[in-house]
Amino acid sequence: MFDEQMIEMLCEGVIDTLYMTIASTVLSYVFGMIMGVLLVICRKDGIAPRPMVYACLDVVVNLTRSFPFLILMIAVIPFTRFVVGTTIGNNATIVPLVIAAAPFVARLIEASLLEVDAGVVEAAQSMGASTWQIISKVLLPEALPSLLNGSAVAAITILGYSAMSGAVGGGGLGKLAIMYGYNRYQTDIMFITIILLIIIVQLFQMLGNWATKRSDKRVF
Amino acid sequence: MSEPIIRICELEKKFQSKNSEVYALQGINLDINQGDVFGIIGRSGAGKSTLVRCINMLERPTGGQVLFEGRDLCKLGDSELRKARRSMGMIFQQFNLLMQRTAIENVCFPLELVGTPREEARKRAAELLELVGLADRAGSYPSQLSGGQKQRVAIARALATNPKVLLCDEATSALDPSTTESILSLIKDINRRLGITAVIITHEMSVIEKICTHVAIISGGKIAETGPVEEVFYHPKTEAARIMVTPEALKPEKLPKERVVRIVFHGSSSLEPVIGNMILDCGKPLSILYSDIREMDGAAFGQMVLQLPDDEDACRRIYAFAKSRGLELEDMSRV
Ligand SMILES: Nc1ncnc2c1ncn2[C@@H]1O[C@H](COP(=O)(O)OP(=O)(O)OP(=O)(O)O)[C@@H](O)[C@H]1O
Ligand SMILES: [Mg+2]
Repeated sequence: MFDEQMIEMLCEGVIDTLYMTIASTVLSYVFGMIMGVLLVICRKDGIAPRPMVYACLDVVVNLTRSFPFLILMIAVIPFTRFVVGTTIGNNATIVPLVIAAAPFVARLIEASLLEVDAGVVEAAQSMGASTWQIISKVLLPEALPSLLNGSAVAAITILGYSAMSGAVGGGGLGKLAIMYGYNRYQTDIMFITIILLIIIVQLFQMLGNWATKRSDKRVF
Repeated sequence: MSEPIIRICELEKKFQSKNSEVYALQGINLDINQGDVFGIIGRSGAGKSTLVRCINMLERPTGGQVLFEGRDLCKLGDSELRKARRSMGMIFQQFNLLMQRTAIENVCFPLELVGTPREEARKRAAELLELVGLADRAGSYPSQLSGGQKQRVAIARALATNPKVLLCDEATSALDPSTTESILSLIKDINRRLGITAVIITHEMSVIEKICTHVAIISGGKIAETGPVEEVFYHPKTEAARIMVTPEALKPEKLPKERVVRIVFHGSSSLEPVIGNMILDCGKPLSILYSDIREMDGAAFGQMVLQLPDDEDACRRIYAFAKSRGLELEDMSRV
């Protein structure tokens, strides 16, 4: 069974999975970062309190997060078609992945930024820092190790979602597992895809841990 | 006298919670003059931190005025307030350094905020680290520094934008006595050399005694008494002030009932052994019940409590002797 074609297919699966995961993670961070920062600065004890903005954002994030991913993926099919012109394949999977992951990323970022000592933010305010300066020079740099740690968590979660998307038209390892393992009872192929997924998860986590440790100047 | 650099008028701060309101500050009036080392002392919860945070608007007062160089800070817009804050450095009990930046990068931080070119900022930061005696630790991260060293970095950082005022909220409360001493002398030194007005918040009498020129006693959100340190500490006029400034050993129940007198030293020569001479002069021994004298530039400051000998004649001689040295004996007997 391990003919050249099979190996080629597995390689392609790995590449597709990595592509979807990494692209979705990056895009989720673009949107999640904006939402996460807004959640932190707009809360009532934040540096630019805007209770209405906070409340709306909070609801939106909670709503999106309460959708099971597969259902969300089906629900946003019209939107996906509108954005990428199709509903199957890698790029079509990225759309629901980002919609599902961005609020999750927002929460991760919110938690990381809230870890920054309020005293340090206050010190910056006492030196006349503007809101934007506090975000860019205090909150984000001070939370960097925690943010990097969170990004590994986010990437791994998105990897899981991407595998799930194989059930409804997504590509990558998830599709292989379902196509061969579930539809054709080729458990050995399913087994290999699982091993590959585990390896990718391990790599993400190790990379995340390494980056976190390297960036943190607090412990020696 | 010239206009005070900070004038606080009828300041009020009310904290509103769901079903109650707390007045953390009420009817505060204070004048802090250019060049003062102004201490604010009070018990925990008295409102010290709230007061100092109202001075640079970290806490928005709910009433009254805070005039900084004649301008009411409560009325300034955001960007003007930010500008005003740059003229007021602040240091904290917990240092509040940026943990992901080295010492020198921390000192550069306020300069970055105002867009100082990198090279220039580095140069100024290096000078400031030199000033606080930490030139050799410029590349260390806060986690590699001791508490005292962190506070030095914080002081250098607070001075980076050439402020006119340095606000210190319990700046030495997390430090051991000898480190406290060195940080206080650094602040005093900065006050003298750079002419920066310092506002020192503390709950320790010793901090005020060591470096302050003026003091305000705050109790229950109100100023109980304010004035030059010697006056308020040794001749308190209000009950709240008396309770605050009386050392534990001088509480009435701790002292004998009879023949107790107090001498306050307001800067008489510390070279003469006054008490020794007093004993020789009257020819009778007397006991020292309490003594807290510090020497500053050859002059003695502080107070001493004595129990006089049980001898009319000797007592008269002692009073006469004290008078000849310009010292006043204050009777503290309770009979
Ligand atoms: N954010 C807040 N909300 C409600 N009450 C507050 C708040 N901050 C302070 N207070 C109250 O205001 C009073 C003064 O507090 P403050 O922190 O100024 O005291 P402090 O003199 O600095 O005490 P400490 O020596 O313990 O630091 C206290 O009764 C406190 O409970
Ligand atoms: Mg306090």
